[in-house]
Amino acid sequence: MKTVFELSSPGRMGVSLPELDVPAASEIPAELSRESGGETGLPEATEGQILRHYLNLSTMNHHVDKGMYPLGSCTMKYNPKLHEDLARIRGLSGIHPLVPDKLAAGSLELMYRLGEFLCEITGFKGVSLQPAAGAQGEFCGIMLIKSYLESRGEPHRNEVLMPDSAHGTNPATSTLADCVVVGVKSNEYGLVDPEDLMRKAGPNTAVFMLTNPNTLGLFESRIEELTSIVHEAGGLNYMDGANMNALLGIAKPGEMGFDVCHLNLHKTFATPHGGGGPGSGPVACTEELARFVPDPVVIREDDGNYRLCRKQDSFGRLLAFQGNTGVLYKAYAYIRTLGAEGLREVSENALINANYLKAKLRDYFDNPFDNGPCMHEFVLSGDRQAKQGVKTLDIAKRLLDYGFHAPTVYFPLIVHEALMIEPTETESLEDIDAFAEAMISIAGEAIEKPYLVTDAPVNTPVLRLDEVKAVKDLCLVEPVDKGEDP
Amino acid sequence: MSRFVPNRRVHREKMLQDIGVEKFEDLLEPVPEKFRLKEKLQIPEPLSEFELTREFEEFASRNTGAELVCFMGAGSYDHFIPAAVDHILLRSEFYTAYTPYQAEVSQGTLQAIFEYQTMIARLTGMEMANACMYDGASAAAEACLMAMRITRKQRVLVAGSLNPRWLDVIRTYLKRDDFEINEIPFLEDGTLDLEIAAELIEGGTAAVLVQYPNYFGFIEDLQPIAELIHEHKGLFIVAADPVALPLLRSPGDAGADIVVGEGQSLGIPMSYGGPYIGFMAARMKLARRMPGRIIGRTTDRAGQIGYVLTLQTREQHIRRDKATSNICSNQALMALANVAYLSLMGERGFREISSQSYHKSHYLEEKLLEIPGVSRVFEKTPFFREFVISFPVSSIELRDRMIEDGILAGLPIVELGEGAMLITVTEKRTRDEIDRYVMTAAEICGGGAS
Repeated sequence: MKTVFELSSPGRMGVSLPELDVPAASEIPAELSRESGGETGLPEATEGQILRHYLNLSTMNHHVDKGMYPLGSCTMKYNPKLHEDLARIRGLSGIHPLVPDKLAAGSLELMYRLGEFLCEITGFKGVSLQPAAGAQGEFCGIMLIKSYLESRGEPHRNEVLMPDSAHGTNPATSTLADCVVVGVKSNEYGLVDPEDLMRKAGPNTAVFMLTNPNTLGLFESRIEELTSIVHEAGGLNYMDGANMNALLGIAKPGEMGFDVCHLNLHKTFATPHGGGGPGSGPVACTEELARFVPDPVVIREDDGNYRLCRKQDSFGRLLAFQGNTGVLYKAYAYIRTLGAEGLREVSENALINANYLKAKLRDYFDNPFDNGPCMHEFVLSGDRQAKQGVKTLDIAKRLLDYGFHAPTVYFPLIVHEALMIEPTETESLEDIDAFAEAMISIAGEAIEKPYLVTDAPVNTPVLRLDEVKAVKDLCLVEPVDKGEDP
Repeated sequence: MSRFVPNRRVHREKMLQDIGVEKFEDLLEPVPEKFRLKEKLQIPEPLSEFELTREFEEFASRNTGAELVCFMGAGSYDHFIPAAVDHILLRSEFYTAYTPYQAEVSQGTLQAIFEYQTMIARLTGMEMANACMYDGASAAAEACLMAMRITRKQRVLVAGSLNPRWLDVIRTYLKRDDFEINEIPFLEDGTLDLEIAAELIEGGTAAVLVQYPNYFGFIEDLQPIAELIHEHKGLFIVAADPVALPLLRSPGDAGADIVVGEGQSLGIPMSYGGPYIGFMAARMKLARRMPGRIIGRTTDRAGQIGYVLTLQTREQHIRRDKATSNICSNQALMALANVAYLSLMGERGFREISSQSYHKSHYLEEKLLEIPGVSRVFEKTPFFREFVISFPVSSIELRDRMIEDGILAGLPIVELGEGAMLITVTEKRTRDEIDRYVMTAAEICGGGAS
């Protein structure tokens, strides 16, 4: 499609602005002014042209309102429409972040109560709502732990233990927090090997980072043993809460020996992904860690008023302001809509849907860790198909032709040709059956007409894109000389 | 039974049967008995749609700050947002999509962000931009880390006139024993002390970061600083306000290597602090060292133009502990808000927004200076949209009294004096509102001075 710059014709306007109603001041000195010929290069088009452009672009997206989006570990569930409206109420959206606290009493109370809910759901005492996303939540969590270890006189502890199945953000966060990653092996059941953890945990262990259920969709059954090993070695336990959609009202990380966890509100709590963000990654933690939470935190005064404050021992600040507040509003709305039973209903059906889909696909794909029920997701291997010359990437692309988004592929790294599938609780039996049929049909094509799969996709706005070329002939912006009609 | 879960008992029974278990609890077999919750969560009873709406309206009504005429800035600004922006954001196709990992069904998001990257690069005078960061402050912190990686030096110099919240974020991201952050002080006129900067910049300096305009609204002369840091083989990072850029010399033209900034002003409501968006632009030769997602143009098997996530080997899901950042989810929908806003504004509209903010802020400053006892905190210096004034009364008290008259007067900065206030005027403020500000302030100052 043409770019927005190609719509441009000098003199067109997309807005109507009032005339300047005050006397003009003297101009900015020439040496500080925009360089000559330094137009900003923004397009000139009408409101209708701009709207049509972006609307037409939008139709080239798959999205969860259109069809199933079974991306493992991403929890692509339905996003309630009311919540979009609520976050846009003027009193909530039109307020400056630095107003005196009493002028933002509504937002503050909402945030405080959301913090309480998240503590109840996770079994923790302290919370920070500031982190903008899961990865920033991880950074927050590690910084809490480092601050705590320092206060205990053990600043030398700098090793972060994590299984080889960890999300990429876990090791990247460890580096950002000036720590060293120590890998821990998974055993033949896809679970952390306690003996290897025992070998790796020691006097330099800062924290053991674990996703639970893990990235294979399996609950770490020996969790108590794992967290005890780390505690006994003097380290702390961090839960990556990306998979919390499996545990609402079913189990609490705080009771399993974890000291801190982050939550992805844009996964578990139905706030939209927005094509990649904004998310929100609040961190819940034990009382011992709570005194280090980033600035600011919402507190409740004895007189019942809410206030933003900086804790004396706070490790610092992650964003200019209090967090992705607009996302917090939506997560609060979700919890209030569901209540305790509704939250448990979410996780129960996330588990049922995943196990049902796994059973449906069992005969058609390799399932390397099928030793019992999975939680909210499961990981297949496309090994069998790969041997026929059809790779997992091809299967993923072929699914697009069938009108589904692809699962997460090639992750976790410990599974060959991995296909990580998470249907979520908001998909109906009928939709899951349809997805299973598509997968089974593709498994058949891989044998009978493999070219249909390797040539896929063909029913999409563009065909398979050349990623190698994108890197080799780097084009990251529209060239200036293009798209400017005389 | 929520309105979001389609499985009813009949479905559950069929599905459990097909799974091969008798009851749901059988699926919890991997969860040790002792960790299975026996009691319901302590969460209030569910609310219906209209009950929840009422609760939110009640919350909103207690946010009385939203009713005030806003002259507060300091990193979050009350600019006009064309209605069409939100209509674009509310397309399910955009907001209910995930990160564009499957490019063939994500061309909408990918092309929109490619256009966003283009606009950010053009505004800042740079050669490329990434797909966005969390906010301006965290983008500034990531830019410092990026400069340290590229130069393999461990010392960063930051202008003392940087937004203190941003400095706090930079200090948090750079909290390591082997990293050093020093501040360059500012002069009586509120701009950077170039003499001291020249002394502080040395061979071990990875980067200098300057805010443009600075926290007090002053327009720094960037080029001398660029020359100083380049002499010592360090990088020049500019934290630029995008709204100022149609009028000001572009950071790229003045010698910046990396430009970051906050995009909230471009079509995003203040929303009590977020979600906002950080942008990051750079010289092309630095692209491969950048954090965050980057969209690139390519072709498909039939030779049609298309867009993909590119240079992914920088990122956490591939490079893991060697990645350029841990960022994964960003603020993509806010990038869409930016690109929709900038498209609607266009070349002339955006310049008009910039220009009106400039002129209106000068009008207010001039009028306030006519009030007896009101003075500048700094010497007269070119400023944009924001300025610091010293009132003859406590600025906190003045703010509180003006709130009673429906005006959010600004942000008191007591570090600069008891009466010091950072005041912002965007294009949205009318002459009437500005005159009312002056009248109210004059009354309070008159009373306070007598």
